[in-house]
Amino acid sequence: MFDRRLVTHFDWTYLLLILLIAGIGIANLFSATSSWTTAVPPVYLKQFYWLGLGLLIIAVICLFDYRHLEYFSFPLYGGNLLLLVLVLAVGRTSMGATRWISLAGLNVQPSEIMKIVIIVTLARYFSDKAHLRGFSLRELIVPGLLLGIPALLIMKQPDLGTALLVLCIGGTMALYAGVQRSAFFVLCLTGLAAAVGGWFLLHDYQRQRILTFLNPERDPLGAGYHIIQSKIAVGSGGFSGLGFMKGTQSQLSFLPERHTDFAFSVFAEEWGLTGCLLLLALYCLIVLWGLNIALRSNDRFGMYLALGVSAMLFWHIVVNLGMVIGLLPVVGVPLPLFSYGGTSMVTTMIGVGLLMNVSMRRFMF
Amino acid sequence: MSLKPSPEETPGLRRRFVVSSLIVAGLFCVLALRLWYLQVLGVDHYRKLSERNRIRYVAIEAPRGAIFDRNGTLLVDNRPAFTVSALRQEIDGREQLFHNLARLLDIDEAQLEEHWRKGEGLPRYRPLPLLEDIGREAMEKVQENSVDLPGILVEVKPFRAYPFGETASHLFGYLGEVTEEELSQSEFSSYRSGEMVGKTALERLFEDRLRGIEGQKRIEVNVRGRELRQVTTRDPLPGQNLYLTIDAKLQLAAEEALGDRAGAVVALDVSSGEILAFASRPNFDPAWFARGISSDEWRELIENPSHPMTNKILRGQYPPGSTFKMVVALAALESGSATPATRVQCDGSINLGSYEYRCWKKGGHGSVDLNTAIKESCDVWFYRVGLETGIDRIASAAHRLGLGQPTGFPFGGERSGMIPSRAWKKQRFGTSWYDGETVISSIGQGFVLATPLQLAVMTAALANGGTVWRPQIVEKIVNLDGNTDWVLQPEKLGETAWNSSALNAVRKGMAAVVNEVGGTAWRSRMETIRYAGKTGTAQVVRRKDDNEEAPDDEEIPYQHRDHALFVSFAPVEKPQIAVAVVVEHGGHGSSAAAPVAKAIYEAYFAEKGNGSAPPRHDASGG
Repeated sequence: MFDRRLVTHFDWTYLLLILLIAGIGIANLFSATSSWTTAVPPVYLKQFYWLGLGLLIIAVICLFDYRHLEYFSFPLYGGNLLLLVLVLAVGRTSMGATRWISLAGLNVQPSEIMKIVIIVTLARYFSDKAHLRGFSLRELIVPGLLLGIPALLIMKQPDLGTALLVLCIGGTMALYAGVQRSAFFVLCLTGLAAAVGGWFLLHDYQRQRILTFLNPERDPLGAGYHIIQSKIAVGSGGFSGLGFMKGTQSQLSFLPERHTDFAFSVFAEEWGLTGCLLLLALYCLIVLWGLNIALRSNDRFGMYLALGVSAMLFWHIVVNLGMVIGLLPVVGVPLPLFSYGGTSMVTTMIGVGLLMNVSMRRFMF
Repeated sequence: MSLKPSPEETPGLRRRFVVSSLIVAGLFCVLALRLWYLQVLGVDHYRKLSERNRIRYVAIEAPRGAIFDRNGTLLVDNRPAFTVSALRQEIDGREQLFHNLARLLDIDEAQLEEHWRKGEGLPRYRPLPLLEDIGREAMEKVQENSVDLPGILVEVKPFRAYPFGETASHLFGYLGEVTEEELSQSEFSSYRSGEMVGKTALERLFEDRLRGIEGQKRIEVNVRGRELRQVTTRDPLPGQNLYLTIDAKLQLAAEEALGDRAGAVVALDVSSGEILAFASRPNFDPAWFARGISSDEWRELIENPSHPMTNKILRGQYPPGSTFKMVVALAALESGSATPATRVQCDGSINLGSYEYRCWKKGGHGSVDLNTAIKESCDVWFYRVGLETGIDRIASAAHRLGLGQPTGFPFGGERSGMIPSRAWKKQRFGTSWYDGETVISSIGQGFVLATPLQLAVMTAALANGGTVWRPQIVEKIVNLDGNTDWVLQPEKLGETAWNSSALNAVRKGMAAVVNEVGGTAWRSRMETIRYAGKTGTAQVVRRKDDNEEAPDDEEIPYQHRDHALFVSFAPVEKPQIAVAVVVEHGGHGSSAAAPVAKAIYEAYFAEKGNGSAPPRHDASGG
């Protein structure tokens, strides 16, 4: 039984924004990887396929009422935790970190799934428990554990970027649900103490990244190389950019990881401040649009869901951009819809699907 | 299922929405501001850094200037040499690559590794030379197999080429890589490591002019340093060309005449001091240095007892022997202690105190005058006259003829020879002068030493009437566009004031040496040209007094044999050219040295044509 309202209430504008950004991203990938003659199929085409899959995901998600998710949230959470533990036990190691696990022939990254699952889980929890006074410290213990356990497991892989993002997403949701002022300050202080203490728990390469972020010149050919080259690319873009496919930093490969984490640098070099501001506006719009969906959602679960997804997009965008323009240390966080990668695309599109699901069903009971 | 937020919740939610939207917008503004900071305020800075990333400056070696002889014959040039180099950033499996290359060219892999290590300090984008100057055949092999040799390329560089091989190598000198020590000096501030620089002789003296100005290629490279395209190119400017005063034909004649013997030959234009031939043998092969000399080759040169690395013209100091007798004669005539007619009875020796000084001719020459004394090289005449004249007058005459001091030849290391005097001996040894020392000095032995170049300068002065010219080697320096940048100006070192009758008497004796029966160089006379000369035989080891007869040369160890000397000029009547010859351990001046001079005159007058030379008057004499 197909409900016509699925079409009429569908948030076409939001989808258009998403497609616009993804389109620019694919064009940018085309430029960034034009010198790679060996990749078959070419990277930009693969990204196009992933986008197609992403749209399919949106469609499938929209078919089902998001409210059903409420019942599955805790089993999903439990299952995901199990996967995270399994990753640590039997996961596939590459580049010093263990992030992948083989599941029915598919390579999946449980930490990436957790970004969505934590949204669903906390949405379920906060929609049940939130009240006007806001959470006290004691009341935050349960959501704190819900958030902290997976974050710790992810940090253990180690994947600092994802762990921080999960914490950011969860933290944003908690703040939105309401936290008593006293609890907020205590948490801030604890966080500060944890940051200082955590310094000694960090892996050496993670410490390097932070030190190098503070002063990239201390290791211009090593850890500082990414930041320096990225800033050169962005800066030399100037006001109007060097032109499509004309950025020397990217075309001559001085820019590392230019198709993944540093894709924005390629764009900034070739399109300049003009292009960057336009892209920034689009990203800002999808975040605000998501918040708007949250505000107008029909129920608390939907609100928290929309809010969580918006937070996820927002933190990805801010952390990635902050990183490539030298405001934040290099943590491996992709730019949604822009960086190449199936995992990122699938996660983003699941989030987008949930958002649209919430958006279209605020009129339906 | 949770319900729609209750009405009392709504204002709070709205506030949170507004606040969070503002936070979102604010953070995006921070990002935008940062972008503005980087892209608008920092654009110049970052574009410069970006350019520094991708633009490399590569020097293009300038061909060194060529060297010609006075007639425009090419003596030193450049040739394209093929160098096999490695583009390091494109090499993944070095061992396999070197294995392939070594097998292809049938060479040792270790050699490649050694060059690799040596060149690792070079910037990454610069090709690292592995094999210098491979032949055309090997070059073609490498190019044909380039598919199996990724990262290997063949470069063409100018290498010094010597069409006449080893000929005149002491004149040209050699090239070598600029040393680390040199690079730290301001003189070499414009040099790059690995560049070739003149180390000795002309190559060093005219380094600035020969070097040229290197070109520059601006290339765009990618992150691996691979050259993508040339942005701009500035062509190198070749160095200036040197035209020498040397005459290649005389040079070849001189070197050929010396052959395997060690020695030196200098030929001068008597009217200007221009050097026409400049041979010091044995030579070294400058091509060894041009391509980089191996340690074995270097050892071979250094350990050779004939000292091929020593320029004997400037640095060889020999007792002039009887070639010094003209100086003694002039000093005597000047002081009046003798006249050309002064006769001395030669009985084979003179006695001074308890010492006996022997003439080379055991039986003696009988009664001899100046002419005969020079012609037959009678030692006793000069012993007597020298004693009469005194060492200080002899020294004075010698100095005025250019002996005892450097000629000012611009190559480093020129020796000054030695002309002793009373004052010198007092100062040097703190003892007074003995008459016996005057006796042996009068025949150019004892303390007296001269370089072949000094002997040539002296002889030229005798020939031209007393002008001592500075010996010069470069006739002109020509720019790339053909304009002459510098041209030789004859330079007088001194003018002696002997009257012509004294000079004529000496020259007459020298003419008799060659052209009269009984002259010591009679056997080396020429049919067509009359030239004048004086033989000399310089003792290396003093013979024992009781030795009745000099043993045959073959019986004396090489290093103890006498040096053979011969100084001469031609033609007798209107002198044009002077030649000094020293054959180390060659035996007698008459038999070993004079024929070398004759060979040069033959070459010289064959070139000039016999018409300009006066005919012999006494061709059938005696």
